[in-house]
Amino acid sequence: MSFPWANQYQPQNGFMKWMDEKLPLPRLVYNAIGAGYPVPRNLNYMWNFGVLAGFCLVLQIVTGVVLAMHYASDASLAFGKIEHIMRDVNWGWLMRYAHANGASFFFLVIYLHIFRGFYYSSYKAPREMIWLLGVVIFLLMMATGFMGYVLPWGQMSFWAAQVITGLFEAIPLVGAPIKTWLLGGFAPDDATLNRFFSLHYLLPFVIVGVVILHVWALHIPGSSNPTGVEVKSESDTVPFHPYYTAKDGFGLGVFMILFTIMVFFLPNALGHPDNYIEANPLSTPAHIVPEWYFWPFYAILRAFTYDFLFVPAKLLGVIAMFGSILIWFILPWLDKSPVRSANYRPTYRMFFWILMVDMAVLFWCGGAPAQEPYVMISQIATAYYFMHFLVIVPFISRSEKTAPLPKSITDAVLGQAGATAKGARA
Amino acid sequence: MIRYISLFLGLAFTAAVLWAFGNGAFVAATQGLGEKTADGVFHAHPHAPEGGFSFEGPVGRFDRQQLQRGYQVYKEVCSACHSLKFVAFRDLAQLGYNEAEIKAEAASWQVPGIDPNTGEATTRAGLPTDHFPSPFPNAVAAAAANNNAVPPDLSLMTKARHEGPAYVYSLISGYGAPDPALRAEFPEFETPTGLYFNKYFATLNLAMAPPLTATGQVSFADGTEATIPQMAADVAAFLAWTAEPTLEQRKQTGVWFLGFMIFVTLLAFLSKKQVWSALHTGRKD
Ligand code: HEC
Ligand code: HEM
Repeated sequence: MSFPWANQYQPQNGFMKWMDEKLPLPRLVYNAIGAGYPVPRNLNYMWNFGVLAGFCLVLQIVTGVVLAMHYASDASLAFGKIEHIMRDVNWGWLMRYAHANGASFFFLVIYLHIFRGFYYSSYKAPREMIWLLGVVIFLLMMATGFMGYVLPWGQMSFWAAQVITGLFEAIPLVGAPIKTWLLGGFAPDDATLNRFFSLHYLLPFVIVGVVILHVWALHIPGSSNPTGVEVKSESDTVPFHPYYTAKDGFGLGVFMILFTIMVFFLPNALGHPDNYIEANPLSTPAHIVPEWYFWPFYAILRAFTYDFLFVPAKLLGVIAMFGSILIWFILPWLDKSPVRSANYRPTYRMFFWILMVDMAVLFWCGGAPAQEPYVMISQIATAYYFMHFLVIVPFISRSEKTAPLPKSITDAVLGQAGATAKGARA
Repeated sequence: MIRYISLFLGLAFTAAVLWAFGNGAFVAATQGLGEKTADGVFHAHPHAPEGGFSFEGPVGRFDRQQLQRGYQVYKEVCSACHSLKFVAFRDLAQLGYNEAEIKAEAASWQVPGIDPNTGEATTRAGLPTDHFPSPFPNAVAAAAANNNAVPPDLSLMTKARHEGPAYVYSLISGYGAPDPALRAEFPEFETPTGLYFNKYFATLNLAMAPPLTATGQVSFADGTEATIPQMAADVAAFLAWTAEPTLEQRKQTGVWFLGFMIFVTLLAFLSKKQVWSALHTGRKD
């Protein structure tokens, strides 16, 4: 599970020796995130986001459990309960703003974590399983985020539930019964709110489980690195502690500064004002938009405005929206290039940045009203999105000319001289 | 094999979405990209009163005098139609009233109650723990009295609109006829009877008659001259407070916490540098 030169755990005193025999938890921690885990010495700050995602997950669970103590998933009470938390519960406003903005920061961190994966093709062998579990986590996060947004029972909560469950109606024959089954009725109501609350409380713990598998799978090959060249010798690595605990600690500090600014000074900037209006089934908001982190996928959903070869437009949109994430599952087998890092793949690097721009455009269209010119722009962007993953990446990964790779990580960091003078690590 | 499947899927998705694009582009080319609408042309962006609101910015605080004036405007004007259901009389302590004043203030409102002898629904004088009462017994009565529109509860109004405090200020001080030049461009634009034109309102015509009509409509206890913009700014500030009574606590805690986080992050940065310093000697890049 680790490199042969990894430090070995030595219990420091009688109690730790006793503990190590009965339940070697300290040993596990030592080998997982301590001095016993050798990590490439050249990881850049893009490798901080995994730990930050873990922090967000814990933050969401802690604030969420406190909120749940004061909440009621009853359609006639929910909206007022949120205001009760905001006004009457000690530090309730802090819990709620931290939870709402925490969800946004969680998604921000995860997007950067995933884009890091695209750039350095971290999904490639031997790390496919890490990636597959990651995509599962992302899907679970989306479900959790969507159901959480319904809980305050504001106008956007209600209408988002209506629109998203309405997507299932596009499925031929069984669509309408599936929608009714999901909602527990013909429109979002008490039954919907209760089941969404139940699942919203459950899913984060399912995510914890999948994260444990994700990190376990990570520890088998160990982290990749910005060169994409695998670890070859001891001089390529440093122990996780203190090197990466220190680096992750600093990253966490920067994260907390940005998070503090949002929570305390701009707490509603990422939300929608309509969600401060209580849900009203008789009044449809002018623009129904999901939360910002769904916008790129919402744009893909809405890009399919005409039936194609007898497939109804709505069904196409739903397939494309789910498909746009599901195709990430086969990415490790589509990208056949033996070189991992985009630093050494100039052609792929260019398409990576085009994809980033493309996703920014989709993001922008997804938040805009469903009007021209946004619809036409999102159609072009959607076309590129699918072309990128399903056509461009498989094609260029076979034909592109890559730049020469460094011989080893040490070589990349210290140059030839350093590689020969092995003692440089001190 | 997987490459051929993916190629097929990729081309299928692309074809379907480009088909939609082609159709849309054809419609746009033959019919144009939507006309200018009256909504778009008449609509105006809300603006804060001159000098802005005292509670804006990272360390902004409420002006207690202004909140008291705003409360007076709410009580004497808006409460005829609008409820404030998330606010209790005891919350007025935050505006600087003492316990006795709050008791008296609460008692000056009639809230729904039950007759202790007959058990019948009646009204009684308010207590500090009561919330502000609704002026109408139910939504049907509210709509019947207001040209079919229910006056919304105002507790959260400034959070429920973009740039809420500026919006409320602009809306209630911004009635008036449409600009004649624009009016000439859209001769068919009419304000239906029973509605009032207001360039800040989303659909331009709303069912609320201008609530503030004349200077001196309210006589402020602190002697401030009650012009329409003054009353509008004060009630907007008051509603910003009702929407978020914890605003000051939030900003004050935030300043401390941010300072603390910056300090801790600085320490984290220094220790990271310290830990890595040995490794970095002889580094190439
Ligand atoms: C005569 C009754 C009446 C009075 C008095 C009144 N309003 Fe209204 N108000 C209404 C009605 C009716 C609506 C709903 C308008 C509509 O939706 O067309 C409304 C709507 C509003 C809105 C929401 C506009 C929107 O964006 O939906 C605000 C804000 C508002 N009033 C503020 C006030 C303030 C502040 C006062 C006191 C200065 C006040 N109102 C006094 C009847 C009144
Ligand atoms: C709750 C959410 C998640 C947590 C807590 C988490 C945690 C981690 C951690 C701690 C690491 C090691 C540090 C790092 O490389 O940044 C890691 C690596 C990785 N993660 Fe995640 N992750 C999450 C979600 C995801 C998702 C959604 C994906 C992709 C769809 C993903 C893909 C990967 C990959 C490919 C690696 C290996 C990177 C490499 O070694 O180069 N993760 N994850």
